Amino acid sequence: MNIDTLLPMLLTVIAAATPLLLAAIGELVTEKSGVLNLGVEGMMLVGAVIAFAVTVGTGSAILGIIAAAFAGIALSLVFGLLTLTLMANQVATGLALTIFGIGVSSLIGSSYIGTPVEKLAVLHIPGLSDIPVLGPLLFGHDILVYASVAITVLVAWFLKSSRAGLILRAVGESDLSAHSIGYDVIKVRYLAVMFGGLCSGIAGAYLSLSYTPMWVEGMTAGRGWIALALVAFASWRPWRVLGGAYIFGGVTILQLYLQGAGGIGIPAQVMNMLPYLATIIVLTVISAGPWRGRLDAPACLGKPFRPAS
Amino acid sequence: MIRPIDRRTFIVGGAAAGLTLASGALHRASAADPLKIGFIYVGPVGDFGWTHGHDLGRKAVEAKFGDLVKTTYVENVAEGPDAERVIRKLATDGNKLIFTTSFGYMEPTLKVAKAFPKVFFEHATGFKTAPNVAVYNSRFYEGRAVVGHLAGSLTKTGKIGYIASVPIPEVVMGINATAIWARKVRPDAEVKVVWINSWYDPGKEGDAAKALIDQGVDIITQHTDSPAPLQIAEQRGVLGVGQASDMKSFAPKAQLTAIVDEWGPYYIERAQAALDGTWKTSDTWHGLKEGFLSLAPYGDAVPAELRASADAIKAGIIDGSIHPFTGPIKDQKGEVKVADGAKLADGDLLGMNWYVEGVSA
Amino acid sequence: MALKIEARRQISTRMLYMTPFIAVAATVVAGFFLFMMLGADPFEALYVFFISPLETKYGLSELGVKAAPLIMIAIGLALGYRANIWNIGAEGQLTLGAVCGGAVALAFWEEQGLYILPLMALAGMAGGAAYAAIPAFLKTKFNVNEILTSLMLTYVATLFLAVLVFGPLKDPMGFNFPQSRMFSDSATLPIIWEETRLHIGFVVALLAAVAGWVLLTRSIIGFQIRTLGSAPAAARYAGFDRTRLTWFCLMLTGALAGLAGTFEVAGPIGQLVPNISPGYGFTAIIVAFLGRLHPLGIIASGLLMALSYMGGENAQINLSLPQAVTGVFQGMLLFFLLASDFLVRYRVRRVKPLAEGV
Repeated sequence: MNIDTLLPMLLTVIAAATPLLLAAIGELVTEKSGVLNLGVEGMMLVGAVIAFAVTVGTGSAILGIIAAAFAGIALSLVFGLLTLTLMANQVATGLALTIFGIGVSSLIGSSYIGTPVEKLAVLHIPGLSDIPVLGPLLFGHDILVYASVAITVLVAWFLKSSRAGLILRAVGESDLSAHSIGYDVIKVRYLAVMFGGLCSGIAGAYLSLSYTPMWVEGMTAGRGWIALALVAFASWRPWRVLGGAYIFGGVTILQLYLQGAGGIGIPAQVMNMLPYLATIIVLTVISAGPWRGRLDAPACLGKPFRPAS
Repeated sequence: MIRPIDRRTFIVGGAAAGLTLASGALHRASAADPLKIGFIYVGPVGDFGWTHGHDLGRKAVEAKFGDLVKTTYVENVAEGPDAERVIRKLATDGNKLIFTTSFGYMEPTLKVAKAFPKVFFEHATGFKTAPNVAVYNSRFYEGRAVVGHLAGSLTKTGKIGYIASVPIPEVVMGINATAIWARKVRPDAEVKVVWINSWYDPGKEGDAAKALIDQGVDIITQHTDSPAPLQIAEQRGVLGVGQASDMKSFAPKAQLTAIVDEWGPYYIERAQAALDGTWKTSDTWHGLKEGFLSLAPYGDAVPAELRASADAIKAGIIDGSIHPFTGPIKDQKGEVKVADGAKLADGDLLGMNWYVEGVSA
Repeated sequence: MALKIEARRQISTRMLYMTPFIAVAATVVAGFFLFMMLGADPFEALYVFFISPLETKYGLSELGVKAAPLIMIAIGLALGYRANIWNIGAEGQLTLGAVCGGAVALAFWEEQGLYILPLMALAGMAGGAAYAAIPAFLKTKFNVNEILTSLMLTYVATLFLAVLVFGPLKDPMGFNFPQSRMFSDSATLPIIWEETRLHIGFVVALLAAVAGWVLLTRSIIGFQIRTLGSAPAAARYAGFDRTRLTWFCLMLTGALAGLAGTFEVAGPIGQLVPNISPGYGFTAIIVAFLGRLHPLGIIASGLLMALSYMGGENAQINLSLPQAVTGVFQGMLLFFLLASDFLVRYRVRRVKPLAEGV
């Protein structure tokens, strides 16, 4: 395989990995604060339809993306209200949010079926984008691809080096101690949940504006669930989320290319299993290998905060 | 989501007993007492593909008969344990004609039909009929023969991409029809198939299109439901063919044509029969001739002389002078499966599980 | 005067039983406005949603048909969740159970006998448990997160089922269509209510719930599960074997999900097809938590969840509401049910402003 075939394949991988990365990195922050929001799929769908509707309505994709971010936040606030203020069970509320989001998105979207929209433009950087091979690979993407990587970098820095990130982690590890030294646990968790909603909304916008610029019902096709699994895959570490998204996207794309190359005598269903099996195997190797670290699941994940009063 | 397929030319269950009309004429008093018609869909009406097509058929029935009918639909009903309940509910609620529009509804439809002998059932793409269960499907492969001709004529690289859902005979048939007719004009043409094991995943369909284009394919055809592959074709400057609906709005330059599902005329015909009291079971496998499918207007990429030759094939299929599966047809190993001049029988077509020469899958 | 939220010293038993009704009442009010906004007659809509499925014998029986797998799976899940074992792959375990139970049915297709169904049930349970053993093994041996493994294996299971029904298990007389033969009568579940589809699986589900309740409240392993969930540190000091508990919970859930899968193919479906479950394995997660992880609560929540799906179907049929509306309504119902949990643990009291009091 030479560079001429490898390059477009890598570009396809980047496109496939971006929505997973966006949704997963948001969920990672949510989970780091100790909250498990299983409503990613629903928030992505609402983000997708709002991005599409606003872009078609205003002609501005940027407004569409912003609207999608707010739509994601709005849905996440419903989740926050239930789980943080009213202390409802997080797992069930997240699943209910997905059911709700699927319904809301198809209600809003019914009048947009069959409408095309301009694909999100590539940000052309004069000079850089024109470099052979590296140009298109590194500088030939739309704004959301850059955003996905930028958000990952920021989140990694935020969690590791910022004071606010430290507080967030403290809240996720031990809400009672964080509370007792004076941090507002609920407020921190609200912000983290909203960030997750924002990222899921943008991930949805990427689907309906760039990946497949259209609106059709249920267009996420389960990507929200994969994003959730990737957070666990990454052992709650931002860089590993990036790695996981690209491994999953990469194997998905690779098997399509292998099929296109004439197949290798393996049934197509087995080829389609590969991305799932690959993630399991890679995680097993990481977890079992000599470099295994301490498991980073936040200690309070999924548990409601009930301050003794 | 498995959905489509076929028919067979035999009647299962109660064949001897019930070839008469299931229940005699329906008695309808007046327009105030409309004929209730139910539809059950496997996907959302907003899929812009299979279910969308059937829902257009439903709307055509409403438009045609107005107050004489009242239609109802249930969407997103999974094939499996839920289907029987929904079909039964439609029957209980007084629907006298019920269209079950996915292959996986076959057994549930038959079960409910047994309990409601006076209700007429129409099952899409199945092969088992009963006195009050008719089956219907479209000869999509006829459209694919024309598509194969266009693709074979227009491909520069000789490689045609085919994004396929699940390996059922109907899909295999479409792949083969495309390959046979492409190779008539371009003997070295290769049809490259990528299976995504889903009827509906826009992202993955688009990715499969990218994978094919990167491997030298310059015409994309598909047997999945979303316009994503065609969009990718447009973006990459290659050509493509729409599926189920005219998808030109998504690919104004790339779309050569589209194989458009036309369920409306059949639904109208059957509703009329139910209204008239002349409904009886049948096994309908119609194609271009009867208008079960149509080809969307050719795109600008199709030159005039190619339009003429494609139209000639279409006309030949319609008047019966052309059968898309006429021998000699060889399989992938080069063995002759259909002798020179012979036509593949419907029964063999319906169970097709082998590829013709030129298919790479 | 102001309102103050106050934790109850102990959870309110009265509220525990009241809250589902409060939630339904709130949903009715909210639903009233939702339907009015969408131009449907709200009274009729609510009636169709909640009452119409229960009016007929057939509707009642279908409630059982739909609730049985949900209850059975949720029982297993609830035990695991109590011990903080996050199996979200019951759907895959169900699929494998259906495959194994179905394979037995097809292997004995020409035989008759009372032994076939029990054999299928055993095979189904073994299949589901074996599939759940993969995350259990990876979790206990390599500390691999079970959320990821169990979910990913669900997708693999669906594709595996496809390999079989498109290949070795497809009906030899079925013209290459992807489905198996219809099972023989000996491999079909007995119907417990004439003229309906209600099968013995519903009774088994209820028995499983009772057994789960006994296990949880009366057995040592139940005590260990409860301790592990509520006081992990105490469980560690007490020397509970976490590995053993992880295996136990995952295998039990897998076996129950596998049994539910076998019952689906041996009952309502009657053959192996590429799509067996309409998401029962995932819906059961909601059922487990709605039932507050309590086996008897799960019976109620399983029935309620089944009702909400059937109500949604009826609303589409009788009111021509699109499925989207029923999804929104179902989401709302769940939100209210979940939120009402709050009233069990907290109360809202009026308090006098500070100035007056002092």
